[in-house]
Amino acid sequence: MSIWPVLALAGGTFAIRAVGPQIRDRVRLSERATVLMAIAATTLLFALTITATVYKGVGDFAGWSRIIAVVFAGFLAWRKVPFALVVIAAAATAALLRLLGLS
Amino acid sequence: MFSMKNMRSIWRTADARLWRDVLAVAATASLVGASFGAIAVAAGMPVWLCCVTSLVVFAGGSQFMMVGILAAGGGPVAAVLAALVLNARHLPFGLAIGHLISDNRLGRLLGSHVLIDENTAFVLAERDPERARALYWVAGGCFFVLWNLGTLVGAYGGDQLGDPAAFGLDAAFPAAMFALLLPALRDRNTVRAVLLGGAIALAVTPLVPAGVPVLLALVGLLVVRRTPATKETVPA
Repeated sequence: MSIWPVLALAGGTFAIRAVGPQIRDRVRLSERATVLMAIAATTLLFALTITATVYKGVGDFAGWSRIIAVVFAGFLAWRKVPFALVVIAAAATAALLRLLGLS
Repeated sequence: MFSMKNMRSIWRTADARLWRDVLAVAATASLVGASFGAIAVAAGMPVWLCCVTSLVVFAGGSQFMMVGILAAGGGPVAAVLAALVLNARHLPFGLAIGHLISDNRLGRLLGSHVLIDENTAFVLAERDPERARALYWVAGGCFFVLWNLGTLVGAYGGDQLGDPAAFGLDAAFPAAMFALLLPALRDRNTVRAVLLGGAIALAVTPLVPAGVPVLLALVGLLVVRRTPATKETVPA
């Protein structure tokens, strides 16, 4: 395996990451554009979260353990349980359900 | 220059709660990094190249994808392009939070390398700009260090810890993200966009290449109304 694909991916990824902050540096965005950017980022992250909850790999069902664990974590977060505990509870729930034989 | 004043203010703002919150999620990065190291070595990548990949790319999903495609006999151009599609979401992330990374241009340029899903979510969930900046750098830095240490250990065969799924670590990422996104969902415009976008992403995931479903979720922005967001936050 050669280093060239790695360098190409690194260069491309850095360019993608750097564009946003550089534009924000030079262009003064309107109030509405700023709000839209935040909604766009939230929408992307939510889509990432929900697909990472339901699927593993390329479109295979992730199994009920993960889904139940994430829903339980959502409930804890809604009840204002400290963030670190929410994350640990999610992992523990999924691990426990798998120990009990759920997929 | 990437100023000392910025560094000191980040250090001062980063209290025990901030570190605890960040480390709760970042700890999983080391184990996922270890599985990347192990998989990449098994796919025929030399140990040094695994480590270089995690250092210079620093985007987990795209690293797995590139190595997976190359190991399956795919061409390098296809592998790189597929991985870049997966990383395209970082562009809008940078547009949304880029101004908070640093006061100066060099700081923003250097800071771009540690722009990831997790610190974007941390920053979006934080109202105080000083604290948001501290979260950005602390989370970005912790993930960078732990991801690379994990890769090194995994590449040297330290992946004997077992399957991350057995510890439920695969649930930690979506759970953390969901908890961070929850406060933003008080805004009705955001809820509309998020629900439509999420539904689209879920529906198309089995049909289109990886990374595309998340980008298609941006269609959800079409249902954002023109009214100012501040008025929308008032409960009905």
